[in-house]
Amino acid sequence: MSLLWGRRILAGAMILVAAVAVTACGSKTSDEGGAAGVTADVSGDTVKVGLLNSLSGTMAISEVTVRDSIMLAVEEINAAGGVLGKKIQPIGEDGASDWPTFAEKAEKLISEDRVAAVFGCWTSASRKAVKPVFEKNKALLFYPVQYEGLEQSPYIFYTGATTNQQIVPGLDYLKAQGTKSVYLVGSDYVFPRTANKIIKAYAAANGMTVVGEDYAPLGSTEFGTIVNKVRSSGAKAVFNTLNGDSNVAFFKEYKSAGLTAAAMPVVSVSIAEEEVKSIGTQYLEGQLTAWNYYQTTPGAANGKFVAAYKAKYGADKPTSDPMEAAYVSVYLWKAMVEKAGAFDVEKVRGASDGITFEAPEGLVTVDGKTQHIAKTARIGKVGADGLITEVWNSGKPIAPDPYLKTYPWASGLS
Amino acid sequence: MTAVTPAPPSTAGAPAPADVAPGSRPGGRSRLRPAAGFAFGAALLFAVAPLALSDFRLALLAKYLCVAMVAVGIGIAWGRGGMLTLGQGVFFGLGGYAMAMHLKLADAGPGGMPDFMQLYGQLDELPVWWRPFASPWFALPATVLLPMAVAFGLGSLVFRRRVRGAYFAILSQALAAAMVILLIGQQGTTGGTNGLTDIQGFFGYDLDDPVNQRMVYFIIAGVLLALLALARQIVHSRYGELLVAVRDSEERVRFLGYDPASVKLVAYVVAAGMAGLAGALFVPAVGIISPALIGIVPSIEFVIGVAVGGRATLLGPVLGAVAVAWARTALSERFPGTWTYLQGLLFVVVVAFLPGGLASLWALARRRAERAEVHQ
Repeated sequence: MSLLWGRRILAGAMILVAAVAVTACGSKTSDEGGAAGVTADVSGDTVKVGLLNSLSGTMAISEVTVRDSIMLAVEEINAAGGVLGKKIQPIGEDGASDWPTFAEKAEKLISEDRVAAVFGCWTSASRKAVKPVFEKNKALLFYPVQYEGLEQSPYIFYTGATTNQQIVPGLDYLKAQGTKSVYLVGSDYVFPRTANKIIKAYAAANGMTVVGEDYAPLGSTEFGTIVNKVRSSGAKAVFNTLNGDSNVAFFKEYKSAGLTAAAMPVVSVSIAEEEVKSIGTQYLEGQLTAWNYYQTTPGAANGKFVAAYKAKYGADKPTSDPMEAAYVSVYLWKAMVEKAGAFDVEKVRGASDGITFEAPEGLVTVDGKTQHIAKTARIGKVGADGLITEVWNSGKPIAPDPYLKTYPWASGLS
Repeated sequence: MTAVTPAPPSTAGAPAPADVAPGSRPGGRSRLRPAAGFAFGAALLFAVAPLALSDFRLALLAKYLCVAMVAVGIGIAWGRGGMLTLGQGVFFGLGGYAMAMHLKLADAGPGGMPDFMQLYGQLDELPVWWRPFASPWFALPATVLLPMAVAFGLGSLVFRRRVRGAYFAILSQALAAAMVILLIGQQGTTGGTNGLTDIQGFFGYDLDDPVNQRMVYFIIAGVLLALLALARQIVHSRYGELLVAVRDSEERVRFLGYDPASVKLVAYVVAAGMAGLAGALFVPAVGIISPALIGIVPSIEFVIGVAVGGRATLLGPVLGAVAVAWARTALSERFPGTWTYLQGLLFVVVVAFLPGGLASLWALARRRAERAEVHQ
């Protein structure tokens, strides 16, 4: 009897619940301005910007350095008077190396803190996760890391290299050195798999052969088999898209298998100064990297950046490409806002085309159409001191081409 | 270890014979209590939360409630059945991917293909195993039935062979790891590490619209309440008692003539179905499903929520899951640099001082009060 009574109430409550759910049902059309974007709060004498990086989890080691250089740029700009007379107030959130968390925090920065722009993200997966959030709210993200291209969101500015500014020049360099065969080693996620797809298309059109292709799970430290396969493949060079800790194990194994930079150089696209330090110079000396910036890049702008960074965070802290791209992104945003005369996102986007900045890596120019920036490609060699010195550069900034439309061999890729 | 020698369930949620009011409490109160509690929960979820919270916070709550659905299932399988299910991410993922595949195909329109397939896979046409998901009549039942079928297959093998305790937990973990590796490896057809993102519509409703986000929240809240009602029926049924008996002494139940393997199998399959449903609803609420959500770490996090809440009670897992997810958000917003330590500390404190979980706070407080009365 008692349970019967309970059940009746239960059933009643269920019907109530269903009724509420039905009446609360949404509208099929969103033309009542439902998705109208949140405007940034710039009413006070400060302007808020969001810093969205992983401060915990596997990506923290890399992303914290990016956070540090964004903070450096913010402080420099504030010391020089701010943007449009307003001081920048940075609001940090932890993406925790977890892609849905990135989306959650992006939403929080935009709709709760009402920031004028967000700087950050590292992995492609985190960018893909936040992209709909920025597009939905019509808010701006500045993404500072080299990536696999094939993307062009109207609400993202890409200040790192796309493939034609890093991977393609790396392959051009190998080709000019007379390298006829390469072996591809990468971590198992979107960037290496897409990069390798591009490399295979390039190789097929340029008389190179890809003699092998192997992927290791992110964070894997088991490289005995892969290195053995590399050694017996007879490849002339290795193109390495491994990320994070895996590089340590890979290069140790590489050296202990008797493979050398002279006989079979490894071109890496995810190893910068910070990573050289953690992998160990003895394993990397003489190996090649492809980037747009090195700590040793000449120029007054870089001298100032390196000195300021070391003064703030310690003399033993190196500067690297993603850090530089992040630092530059804050200055580019400032220049866009000042040209637009407003913090309004659409006006800032409209003002972006042709913005130039004397960056530590050299002159960079924003391309308003793709929202990427023109950058100089630089191939470097790891020295005994752990720094990377340039052995080749593209001479002038390369215009961004995220979909590789100007490369005939890449016509089947996108 | 905990799975083989579980703590006795707290008095508040002790299984009672189906037709007798539980315990020695006055009959009138106990009769109405579950229904009143249920109504209170419904009022909280359907009236208070939507009024008190901003769109953003309500969307977060929707996400927490999805985790809570998984927790209800774990509460049955682990709390009642003693199976330490450390691989619920697999079922969550199956449900989530089934739903996301359908929504991606619906976004792409008839004959269309999801954007990432052209970018990463260079496919000319939809893979065969994607095709059925274009129909909601296949995809929606699949979100629940697919995880249940996998759980049934795995469970029949495992429980018959009397795999339990740590071995069962390790097996669950291995399954989660294997599924992640499989998804990442098939980037062209699964989106790889990115997962399936940028989901725009939900059966014709534009998910960018806050009104529709609210609707998704109401659906999730309604489903959670329904799952709780289902869980209560299971726990208070004869089967629920049998399940606890299997947990506490599997051999004795076997000698009484029951088949413990089937008893455990049912609980495991039900938990998998709940996790699948949670995954399916998570997709429109958050707009993403990726391998990062279903691997070993998230699978463990599901269990942590249940442990914090109190696994042997009905409401404990829900409260724990929501509390842990909420604490994660709140702490990481307040202390972006150090929140992980604080979260760890919280787990240690709860496990060390409240082994019965948050749900045992109530019983603890009542015992204190009774003792105080006696002393007076």
